[in-house]
Amino acid sequence: MAQRTSTHSRATQKRHRSIWINLLTAVLAIVWILPIVWIVLTSFRAEGGAFVQYFVPKSYTFQNYVTLFNNPDFPFLQWFLNTLMVSAVTCVISTLIIIAMAYSLSRLRFKFRGPFLKIALVLNMFPGFMSMIAIYYILKAMNLTQSLVALILVYSSGAALGFYIAKGFFDTIPMALDESAMIDGATKFQIFTKITLPLSKPIVVYTALMAFMAPWMDFIFAKIILGDAIHKYTTAIGLYSMMTKTTQNSLFMTFTAGCVVIAIPITILFIFMQRYYVEGITSGAVKG
Amino acid sequence: MMTKFWKKSSAKKSVIPKPISFGELFKKGDSLTKLQYFVMGSNNIAKKQVPKGLFFLGVEILFFYWLVSNGIHAIAMLKTLGTKSQGWKYDKTLGIQIQQAGDNSMLLLLFGIAALLAIVLFIYVYWTNFKSNRKLYTLAKEGHKIPSTMQDIRSLFDEKFHITLMAIPIVGVLAFTVLPLLYMISIAFTSYDHNHLPPKNLFHWVGFTNFGSVINGDISSTFFPVLTWTIVWAVVATATTFFGGILLALLLNAKPLRGKKFWRIIFMITMAVPQFVSLLLMANLFNDSGPINALLLNLGWIKTAIPFLTNGMLAKLTIIVVNMWIGIPVTMLVATGIIQNLPQDQIEAATIDGANTFQIFRKITFPQIVFVMAPALIQQFIGNINNFNVIYLLTGGYPSNSTFYSAGETDLLVTWLYKLTVDSADYNLASVIGILIFILSAVFSLFAYKKTNSYQNGGMA
Repeated sequence: MAQRTSTHSRATQKRHRSIWINLLTAVLAIVWILPIVWIVLTSFRAEGGAFVQYFVPKSYTFQNYVTLFNNPDFPFLQWFLNTLMVSAVTCVISTLIIIAMAYSLSRLRFKFRGPFLKIALVLNMFPGFMSMIAIYYILKAMNLTQSLVALILVYSSGAALGFYIAKGFFDTIPMALDESAMIDGATKFQIFTKITLPLSKPIVVYTALMAFMAPWMDFIFAKIILGDAIHKYTTAIGLYSMMTKTTQNSLFMTFTAGCVVIAIPITILFIFMQRYYVEGITSGAVKG
Repeated sequence: MMTKFWKKSSAKKSVIPKPISFGELFKKGDSLTKLQYFVMGSNNIAKKQVPKGLFFLGVEILFFYWLVSNGIHAIAMLKTLGTKSQGWKYDKTLGIQIQQAGDNSMLLLLFGIAALLAIVLFIYVYWTNFKSNRKLYTLAKEGHKIPSTMQDIRSLFDEKFHITLMAIPIVGVLAFTVLPLLYMISIAFTSYDHNHLPPKNLFHWVGFTNFGSVINGDISSTFFPVLTWTIVWAVVATATTFFGGILLALLLNAKPLRGKKFWRIIFMITMAVPQFVSLLLMANLFNDSGPINALLLNLGWIKTAIPFLTNGMLAKLTIIVVNMWIGIPVTMLVATGIIQNLPQDQIEAATIDGANTFQIFRKITFPQIVFVMAPALIQQFIGNINNFNVIYLLTGGYPSNSTFYSAGETDLLVTWLYKLTVDSADYNLASVIGILIFILSAVFSLFAYKKTNSYQNGGMA
């Protein structure tokens, strides 16, 4: 069929197709990037108010960023450091936990392995919010509410059941490697540290990245645990607290400035790590 | 794939005769073995496994101390969840009314469940204690040397490595997942609602009453519409982001497209922006007096503002569109990874055979993407059933609906659950909803996992 069309019209057809594809991509890209451009523009907007009738600001200023870092009622810098601290610690603990769980359940054989996998699947199906209130009282009994330690505890212990993707990755590493090492007299610990871990860089990076980003995104657990302790807030609840009905109008531009400040590092991190992200998600399904 | 090692070890196991039972060991063992049944770890200490023995002994002492001082009371209170209500009571010696603290049903329930968990844990340690005792017995009988503490520690990094790796995470899961879950499931069977709030009031066990009122009673007129919307939302949200993402990936990988990397980064930026930022932003953009409405009004395309988020039907549509904006790049990124790794020879062969782009997509590319992404897709669906952020930050469940109990038009089951706890303090109803969400997810995943084989191979062995 294709051979019958003349070379001339085929070339035109091809050019048309090329134009359409490039055009469509550009239009879609604009749709996707416009809200983000808008938030960046708004963060430099000089005129006040949450709702304005236009996209592009009439005049520009740095004042919003200055206010952001100098508002005693909304200590953004403190929030930023809190979140950084929580996510750094959570990142380390969660990664250790997830890799340990995933490795055990993928490579080691023990009596409770099968039942445990089933129990974990069941536990994962309960909505996290359901236990929120109980967690709050358990933390209160431990005298830990309104503290960042509590946040770290909750985020890290939640990680133990999020091992599925990492387990899928470990499943793809050929067992023959472990076997030959075992014949050479290596212990399980040596196999784990010397063979499996060096082969698992993508999944370790993926896990760490996800764990690091969680405290920046989570907001409802943090809100319940931290209550009204403004100086303990993470950026997510802090910024959200700027958007109450009374403060929304006056603080909207400061809010957008805050959003830009936290979005920049995460975006850079993400673009840098996206290769691992894709490998992490897809590796779980490809079985060797 | 069965490895040589496991075959070896299972072969070894079959040589050993069946381990002797709990009662049998007590009959056959010497006095030290018998003593271990009552004084945990004593036999270990006598056989020079001092740290191990001390651990067992310590656990036993702590457990019984706790049982006498707190445990028995905590478990006994589980039955009634407290009988003394808070109030004023006449004190004869003082001759005045004094305030009586009363029982706090909520804490009694929580501590009661924690006590039950503690007993289960103790039984586990006791069982380990018994197994250790049995091992000492068999080793002595067969004339083997008893392993030293050093050897025991070494085994924790070899054949018992899983214990080392999993012990701490499992404690975390018990404290912050299992205990809260058991607690909340129990709440579903109590009268813990806005009329029975501790510490002021007591609440009691009520059996399946709450389930009855949600499924067949006065709450059902809220439950079923919310459930329907939850399912519609989960299906549509998952499907739109999945197909949208694949189409976008195909577009971004089309040969004539220039600057592929640049375009991909543009879409990835939207993915990297924290969700609460983009959602709050969208809520502002789509507001009745937000920039989109203002633009359309200024252009003269509309006469009055479009109620993107304030009209029930339109709000649902807006939520789905916004979710596409958030979710499509995610699928795109993953699908791109798959498309770029597709075996090119297959596609070339198909092209030579005269297949067009669409046929190649339908017969080669798409099945491959579905195969790789199936587990992620199932998780996405469950995630969408529980998608709190999109609803809460975008509409907050509004617009309100006067026929609903404590829920708005766009509330999903999970945001309704949140409102039931935080706004109206009907903890028992919230727990019932939580259990029903669990059943919904469980039924769906069982069905889906059965269909995809990737979890059957090596998953649930």
